[in-house]
Amino acid sequence: MIAESGHYALVLALGLALIQSIVPLIGARLADAALMNVARSTALAQLLFVGASFLALVMLHVNSDFSVANVYENSHSMKPLLYKITGVWGNHEGSMLLWVSILALFGGLVAAFGNNLPLSLRAHVLAVQAWIASAFYLFILVTSNPFLRIANPPIEGRDLNPVLQDIGLAVHPPMLYLGYVGFSISFSFAIAALMEGRIDAAWARWVRPWTLVAWIFLTLGIAMGSYWAYYELGWGGWWFWDPVENASLMPWLAGTALLHSALVMEKRNALKVWTILLSILTFSLSLLGTFLVRSGVITSVHAFATDPTRGVFILLILCLFIGGSLSLFAGRATSLKQGGLFAPISREGALVLNNLLLTVACAVVLFGTLYPLAMEMLADFKMSVGAPFYNLTFAPLFALLLLAVPFGPMLAWKRGDLLGVMQRLLAAGVAGLVAIAIAWGWASGGATLAPLAIGLGVFVIAGAITDIVERTGLVRVPFATALHRARGLPRSAWGTAFAHAGLGVALIGIVCETTWNSEHIATMKQNDVAHIAGYDVKLDGLFQRQGPNYREMIAEFKISRDGEAISVMTPSKRSFTTRGSSTTEAALLTRGASQLYISLGDANADGAIAVRIYHKPLVLLIWWGPVLMAFGGMLSLSDRRLRVGAPKPARAKQRLQPAE
Amino acid sequence: MTRKQRRMTIIGGSLAVLALAAALVLNALRDSIVFFSTPSMVAEKHVAPGKRFRLGGLVQPGSLQRGDNLAVSFEVADGNAKLPVAYKGILPDLFREGQGVVAEGALDANGVFKADTVLAKHDETYMPKDVADALKKQGHWKDDYGAQASGGAKPAATTAQGNPQGAVR
Repeated sequence: MIAESGHYALVLALGLALIQSIVPLIGARLADAALMNVARSTALAQLLFVGASFLALVMLHVNSDFSVANVYENSHSMKPLLYKITGVWGNHEGSMLLWVSILALFGGLVAAFGNNLPLSLRAHVLAVQAWIASAFYLFILVTSNPFLRIANPPIEGRDLNPVLQDIGLAVHPPMLYLGYVGFSISFSFAIAALMEGRIDAAWARWVRPWTLVAWIFLTLGIAMGSYWAYYELGWGGWWFWDPVENASLMPWLAGTALLHSALVMEKRNALKVWTILLSILTFSLSLLGTFLVRSGVITSVHAFATDPTRGVFILLILCLFIGGSLSLFAGRATSLKQGGLFAPISREGALVLNNLLLTVACAVVLFGTLYPLAMEMLADFKMSVGAPFYNLTFAPLFALLLLAVPFGPMLAWKRGDLLGVMQRLLAAGVAGLVAIAIAWGWASGGATLAPLAIGLGVFVIAGAITDIVERTGLVRVPFATALHRARGLPRSAWGTAFAHAGLGVALIGIVCETTWNSEHIATMKQNDVAHIAGYDVKLDGLFQRQGPNYREMIAEFKISRDGEAISVMTPSKRSFTTRGSSTTEAALLTRGASQLYISLGDANADGAIAVRIYHKPLVLLIWWGPVLMAFGGMLSLSDRRLRVGAPKPARAKQRLQPAE
Repeated sequence: MTRKQRRMTIIGGSLAVLALAAALVLNALRDSIVFFSTPSMVAEKHVAPGKRFRLGGLVQPGSLQRGDNLAVSFEVADGNAKLPVAYKGILPDLFREGQGVVAEGALDANGVFKADTVLAKHDETYMPKDVADALKKQGHWKDDYGAQASGGAKPAATTAQGNPQGAVR
């Protein structure tokens, strides 16, 4: 009954989305307020029905109703409750349902909180949202219905893939989807602007918070996924340049560019056409990511053969939306009026450079992701493009970008003074050089690039601090005045500083981890001691334990340093009976920002076990960086000008005045 | 600066960055790409020792031998040819005799494939895509491998790395 209700709710949502796709547009053409307002109610109702449908699938999973194919294939009655819930999106059908639920959530939010939008703009935006929604509802209903019943219900399910039975599944996909799908809003705004043929600074002010929200979630989602891969896959890697990862990185790069170009448009009314194009590209890359991950192109090009409808269907959606939006762009973009002139050396110029480098870096990733696929289809030979390719291409471009980052916020709008900025960044530059010298001396000339990269990271962090110092006049004026000014600084200035500093922090973490990571692989018996990076790791013993849906072998290690006991680490190896597969649960010991990492291999007959021990210096900085960036994004989001929002009727403005 | 000059500066800058990126990509394509081969392709093409490639096939049942200090050797077969593989380190959780495997490394002077990475990316029904395709082409395809379990947001990959550089990469 629940399954049928869920299915029915999804069909109703499709119906509502179809109405929402057409009626508001007719309303806008006829300038009929009532028809345009249909968008608002249908968007909210859509959210309600998709939410109900999603909830139905969650309930089926929680109740372990194995008469539903999706539950049978991905759940087990003995599975802990958390994984029964997260297992809902740990499979193709469920994750697509999560995708449309989040799409409906964003549509609903625009409908609910978009009261200050011009009526016709809101109608257009919601209509475009509904086009996307209709396409994906159709996709789910036609090719990947999660509510399919099995004629003869089995007694027990096949369990969820053990690697996915982790808290990471609860956080990573929803965050990532909030990011991916969140960019649909800026896409819809861009299409709406093209259809209306009208775009101004206020448009950018409406779009920016939505882009920022999506960007924050995507940043956190990618970081979370990377940390999950790091501790779950058992060999301490945190980024693999795997096509699935690239699929999330590309919208992030384009979205970061969009964030910055929308700023230029909002403040200076320039770069309009480019901002529109970026909005379209960012969401197109999100769609491409969905296609790459969900169509099976990556795990097997021949998934088209086993289930041709799915891949072809998403490809069709992809072509329709990307092709359609780009043609619309080509047709209408010239009619948009250009505004705001600026000199090449200016804040705008710096942001253009940022956009240039980000989009080119994104294009490089896109090339590396699609080239092997294209080669396989066209020339019929297989190859892989891995980390070496990206180290040679992506890394130099990003290094260039990082070098420019501290200059951007310090240049004036319209026409900047590069020499003056250089003088003010002197302290940051010196800090970077000192860091290079220290890293060089400490590593005694081992790696050449690593100290340079660390210096770059320090320069970026110091540059972010310099910007705040300059704005508050911390060194020049009395402390109390500086403090007062700091309080008066717009939160977006703080946000910029935090986000930029986060880049430097992440870079330092990446460089330290990859350069000075030490590894010890050996077979160990009871009471054997391994030495790594100054730590003594002693194997105390092995024992077995029964978990809810698995058995595990735990190894207990005593960690000490200079004879002083620090902690006990217990990595384990779990074998899941239902799927007949096993996972390695690594044990982590955090010391400052560094980590000790132990994972287990196979046990021999004589009681010895293969053990992999890593010491990863400053590895946590890799994820603290993105967290800082996201924090900066949130600060920026809470900035007064975004809270107060775009131009409102005079009455509303007056009401807000006393808040100052 | 006139409007035209400004525009030319920006366009010139864009072209410079694009040219830089293109140069970087072309340079990287020359030597950072790793090709995929099966044992019979290796036998046909006489791959030079020291040239890195990915070897895919099935682990020959009964060929797995464990030596001292985590050294392992096994044979990778694809029905027509076999190739001995030497590896040092921990094999991935899903490594089994008779199952698909992908190893990355290079041939040594004796024709033994020295692997520094062994990848087994499958569960009980799924095998590495490259291996499946290669086997299909040669007609050694078992239908039951085709039923591929759909993963979640992250692919279920387990990897074993043999040397420090491998772990970094």
